[in-house]
Amino acid sequence: MTPLLEVSNLSRVYDVRRGAWPFGRRATLHAVDGVSFELAAGRTLGLVGESGCGKTTTAKLVLGLVPPSGGEVRVAGESLPEIGSPSWRALRRRMQMVYQDPLGALDRRLSVGRQVMEPLAIHGLGKAAERRDKALAMLDAVGLAPHHFDRFPHELSGGQRQRIVLARALMLDPQLLVCDEPISALDVSIQAQVVNLLLALQQRLGLAYLFISHDLRMVRQVSHEVAVMYLGRIVERGDPDQLFSAPAHPYTQALVSAIPTHIRHKRRRLVLPGEPPNPVDRPAGCAFHPRCRHAIARCRVETPELRTLADGRRAACHLAGQIG
Amino acid sequence: MGESGCGKSVTWLAALGLLGSRARIGGEVRLEGRDLVGAPVAELERVRGRRIAMIFQDPSSSLNPVHRIGRQLGEALRLHRGLDGTAAEAEARRLLDRVHIADAQRRLGDYPHELSGGMNQRVMIAMALAGQPDLLVADEPTTALDATVQAQILELLGEIRRDSGMALVLISHDLGVVAENTDRVCVMYAGRVVEDAPIDTVFEAPAHPYTRGLLAALPELDGPRRVLTPIAGVVPDPWNLPTGCSFAPRCDRRIEACESAPPMPTEKAADHRVACIRA
Ligand SMILES: Nc1ncnc2c1ncn2[C@@H]1O[C@H](COP(=O)(O)OP(=O)(O)OP(=O)(O)O)[C@@H](O)[C@H]1O
Ligand SMILES: Nc1ncnc2c1ncn2[C@@H]1O[C@H](COP(=O)(O)OP(=O)(O)OP(=O)(O)O)[C@@H](O)[C@H]1O
Ligand code: SF4
Ligand SMILES: [Mg+2]
Ligand SMILES: [Mg+2]
Repeated sequence: MTPLLEVSNLSRVYDVRRGAWPFGRRATLHAVDGVSFELAAGRTLGLVGESGCGKTTTAKLVLGLVPPSGGEVRVAGESLPEIGSPSWRALRRRMQMVYQDPLGALDRRLSVGRQVMEPLAIHGLGKAAERRDKALAMLDAVGLAPHHFDRFPHELSGGQRQRIVLARALMLDPQLLVCDEPISALDVSIQAQVVNLLLALQQRLGLAYLFISHDLRMVRQVSHEVAVMYLGRIVERGDPDQLFSAPAHPYTQALVSAIPTHIRHKRRRLVLPGEPPNPVDRPAGCAFHPRCRHAIARCRVETPELRTLADGRRAACHLAGQIG
Repeated sequence: MGESGCGKSVTWLAALGLLGSRARIGGEVRLEGRDLVGAPVAELERVRGRRIAMIFQDPSSSLNPVHRIGRQLGEALRLHRGLDGTAAEAEARRLLDRVHIADAQRRLGDYPHELSGGMNQRVMIAMALAGQPDLLVADEPTTALDATVQAQILELLGEIRRDSGMALVLISHDLGVVAENTDRVCVMYAGRVVEDAPIDTVFEAPAHPYTRGLLAALPELDGPRRVLTPIAGVVPDPWNLPTGCSFAPRCDRRIEACESAPPMPTEKAADHRVACIRA
């Protein structure tokens, strides 16, 4: 069966100036660099990685919100239509995004109800009363009350805004939902409620999720597969339980070890030394080598490909499988 | 910490006079003996950013999309520290370095939309630190950061606290973050503090049923996956609070007396206050 979403060798670069603004010569920023994955209907791919590694850019590329510099996105076997074309618009109805910054994604001048009903209005679906009923039902599903319908974004708490954005994205019954930090502003109890809602919708309607989050516990809870990104590339991909309990790539190892915990017998945290990574000046060889405690001479010159390990998962590290 | 919508952000916005004219504020907030509630605007402006800085929950509410990052940081440095020109630029660069943004010099020329979500969040942290405040109120400061960068940022805040004696109010839904970075916790529910205790007590012997519910809703990183158990029911509407304990309608330990009057915070142990008659 063709997967719902196929992403192959996707790249996106930005032209920037290097050195002190406004001087400095031109340079290229590699936001996303050769990313590939598939996502089937009814499945969830978790996407995690360091801040600035290209997760949001990947999400926008998948939805065709920014054009790729290279590579391809296929939806149900078809290439993504040209951005802005009628067929792209039709496709966009089936693919929705929950944005990272809820206040930025909402219109401050419009009431919550108007904004949640908006997608139906734009696509001319349903009568006014039906739109209203559906919006109220959706607010209820994300744990909001009917009175929130007439409020404005600035009158809501951070977590309430985030749920408005989620409710709006679900109004068109999408097949693919790209969630960029959909639960980061919610307390654990409401997080649990929203995650349970997402799982129930997936079971009932076969929704697929691209789930971007820094909350690795939640990612494990919802994902069928997890991809870890570092400086624009996928460095590890595999089963969530395997990946989090025994990470194979040194970056994933550091990431997992840094999860804060309220349990007192803490694990030892691997501190990443060295400069934060710079997408304008990618290190040669393995991009992680300046910060890697396992790096060998080969890592400085040869870029590791994503390869399959004995246990079925994939990692882009020369030493993966030999280090733990 | 506390449920979404329980009043964590509003508490601090009210304290700093940032809620706008439609909000009525009661009670008092004392900074070295001076009440900030009802203080003249000029006095509040001297306090904000300089004495008490706030990292806001939504990046788009404090970063201006049409100005470069460097200009916004420069503005804060001029206002709170009187820095200008090259001194301001050097300090802005140093602040970006400190929040672990690579290539700080170039980034000063970026607009917010050219940065990732987590970078914008770190720019806001840098802006709050620009005034070298005595008290930093950080409202969900690391939600957009991965675990490794989050650890670096929290380490930085800890370092500044140790070096300069800055006090920190940390609002967070991440119980791990709270556990590792604070000395005591106030748990809020429906606009009130329901439990107030040293950090270890909250996690080892939570007394309020709401606090216990929060700990039970937490997913694990290992072991079998289980269905998460949210606390049953919903938060009451702020204008329609139950006559008794606000948590009573959702509480599995409720008895009749819970519904007669709101429970007052009482000393359960030394330094541990709980507003629950059954705790
Ligand atoms: N300007 C406003 N006008 C009217 N109601 C408001 C306003 N700002 C906040 N509220 C309401 O006050 C309550 C408390 O909001 P607050 O932002 O303090 O919540 P919070 O505890 O910070 O939640 P979260 O964790 O979701 O950010 C919410 O019910 C919210 O809808
Ligand atoms: N419009 C743009 N112009 C220039 N650079 C950009 C633009 N959009 C993104 N970038 C750069 O691309 C890189 C990847 O950004 P992206 O937003 O995809 O990161 P992310 O993984 O989502 O990070 P976070 O977890 O912090 O949100 C960053 O270095 C960012 O500065
Ligand atoms: S390839 Fe080398 S530098 Fe890169 S992660 Fe593996 S060991 Fe570290
Ligand atoms: Mg992002
Ligand atoms: Mg808040």
